Amino acid sequence: MSASAQRPVKKRASAPINYVLCLYVAGETAKSRSALDNLKEICRVHLNGRCRIKIIDLHKNPRLARDHQILALPTLVRQLPPPIRKIIGDLSNTERVLVGLDIKSGK
Amino acid sequence: MSRKKSNPLRRSKAPVAGGARLRPLPKAATGIQGLDEVTGGGLPRGRTTLICGSAGSGKTMLAMEFLVRGAQLYDEPGVFVSFEESAEDLVQNVASMGFDLKALARRKRLLIDHVRVERSEIAETGDFDLEGLFIRLGLAIDSIGARRVVLDTLDALFAGFSNIGILRAELRRLFDWLKQRRVTAVITAERGDGALTRHGLEEYVSDCVILLDHRVVNQLTSRRLRIVKYRGTVHGTNEYPFLIKDNGISVVPITSLGLHHRASREVVSSGVPTLDKTLGAGGFYRSSTVLVSGAAGTGKSNIAGHFVAEAGRQGERSLYIALEESQSEIVRNMKSIGIHLAPLVARDVLRFHVSRPTAHGLEMHLATIHEIVVDYQPRVVVIDSITSLLSMGSIAEVTSMAVRLIDFLKMKHVTLVMTALSDADKQVETSQVNISSLVDTWLMLANLLKDGVRRRTLSVVKARGMGTSNQTLEMSVSKKGIEIKHDARSGKRS
Repeated sequence: MSASAQRPVKKRASAPINYVLCLYVAGETAKSRSALDNLKEICRVHLNGRCRIKIIDLHKNPRLARDHQILALPTLVRQLPPPIRKIIGDLSNTERVLVGLDIKSGK
Repeated sequence: MSRKKSNPLRRSKAPVAGGARLRPLPKAATGIQGLDEVTGGGLPRGRTTLICGSAGSGKTMLAMEFLVRGAQLYDEPGVFVSFEESAEDLVQNVASMGFDLKALARRKRLLIDHVRVERSEIAETGDFDLEGLFIRLGLAIDSIGARRVVLDTLDALFAGFSNIGILRAELRRLFDWLKQRRVTAVITAERGDGALTRHGLEEYVSDCVILLDHRVVNQLTSRRLRIVKYRGTVHGTNEYPFLIKDNGISVVPITSLGLHHRASREVVSSGVPTLDKTLGAGGFYRSSTVLVSGAAGTGKSNIAGHFVAEAGRQGERSLYIALEESQSEIVRNMKSIGIHLAPLVARDVLRFHVSRPTAHGLEMHLATIHEIVVDYQPRVVVIDSITSLLSMGSIAEVTSMAVRLIDFLKMKHVTLVMTALSDADKQVETSQVNISSLVDTWLMLANLLKDGVRRRTLSVVKARGMGTSNQTLEMSVSKKGIEIKHDARSGKRS
């Protein structure tokens, strides 16, 4: 959570992009809570809130585990902008999340 | 007969019997030919079995047949989770074994779930678990009421995730979860270097581990199966050959049958009254093994022919395995000495199985014979000749095959007559010595030249459990068949 404050991330000068991010979880767990907290923080700090977060609870909708090929939880899927990107874990490694979401280029 | 020596079942029982006696685990029959025999009834019910082996060793086939048979024979629907092959590929691959997966899927007896694991798509950003897989598997199990589950192969998961620590913990949780769900599970894994599996999965599966192997010897592939571990149960410890055929897998038990069969006191006529007289008991014992050896043209097949004809007269079925001549040749030759086989074939009390020895590997021959015997249920089997199989492999292999065959036929109460060609000069060949120790009755035929006249002789080298004369007797073969001459003078020689 403190990772967000570490260094300024270059903002994109182009027109605002709307991110649609799906967070797959299975009920309320420590991991799912921290993933959601981390995701909200990343949206606020790095995306200026230009994102919509959808939470999909596989316990309520188990079919989606197969339909969306979700194995690990939590899984974050970037639905927009295309192409689709998948990240797994509690999103505690902000650097990796940013690279994974293609907000920041990897080295 | 040394009961102890050749009974692997008894031996492997010893460590169990030493401690407190374990209650036998309930088992789920696999329905796979031969596998239930070597596992003493199937895989541990409600537990997980690990099948490991190198690529192409038949892991997927075995796992799939476990589900197919479960659905077909035991009313136990199954879920096949494939981490590698797509459902379409699987359907095609097992079609060669005669399995119609699509039909089973339509009837909700089988569900194939292809789980794609692609590392390139996934970045790991912290702690995670595999709950998604659990949810998916749980849904699949519930949707068809599955009692059996296959995960093929878990190695794909190791390729998909970089945090091996989490993965291992999750696999352990998965196996516990499967146990709680009370499904009988099979997981497959690749063979590792110097270890059973590449990722040490055998550590997690404590109940049953089966190893598959295939090797190529003399251009013939042979597949083998070994039960490495089976907790709380008696199992065969040998390597069992197995085949993947057009009707599924067939495991050929080696000596798992042991010597449990009861020795028969019933005597069946050889079909030659004078031979019956020679054999003290008045014929052969039912379900015994008879070896007829001799050089070319000494009348070996004729003795087999008489026996088959006699069985037919009694309305008993015979299976004639011809490895040297065709059916019509045999029928014709027998007819010339008054043995009429054609009517027996017509009444289906005699069947021929004609096969070239080199057409298949030894295992395939054995498996085919197994299959026909199980299907046709003969009381008499003739192998003409066992010698022609000798060219197929080393003496050890042929002997091992003969042992398995003899055990199997004894268990089925089949009387076996094998002919063996011996060199005219050397009376006995080493290969025959190996086989002859397994047989109950050994008749040796010879042609002796005396005073310019060829005389056929027969001697009973061995006849277990019978008071037999050990003379060399004169034998005649005429249009009326074989006759053994008992005269006072020849009785003096031995």
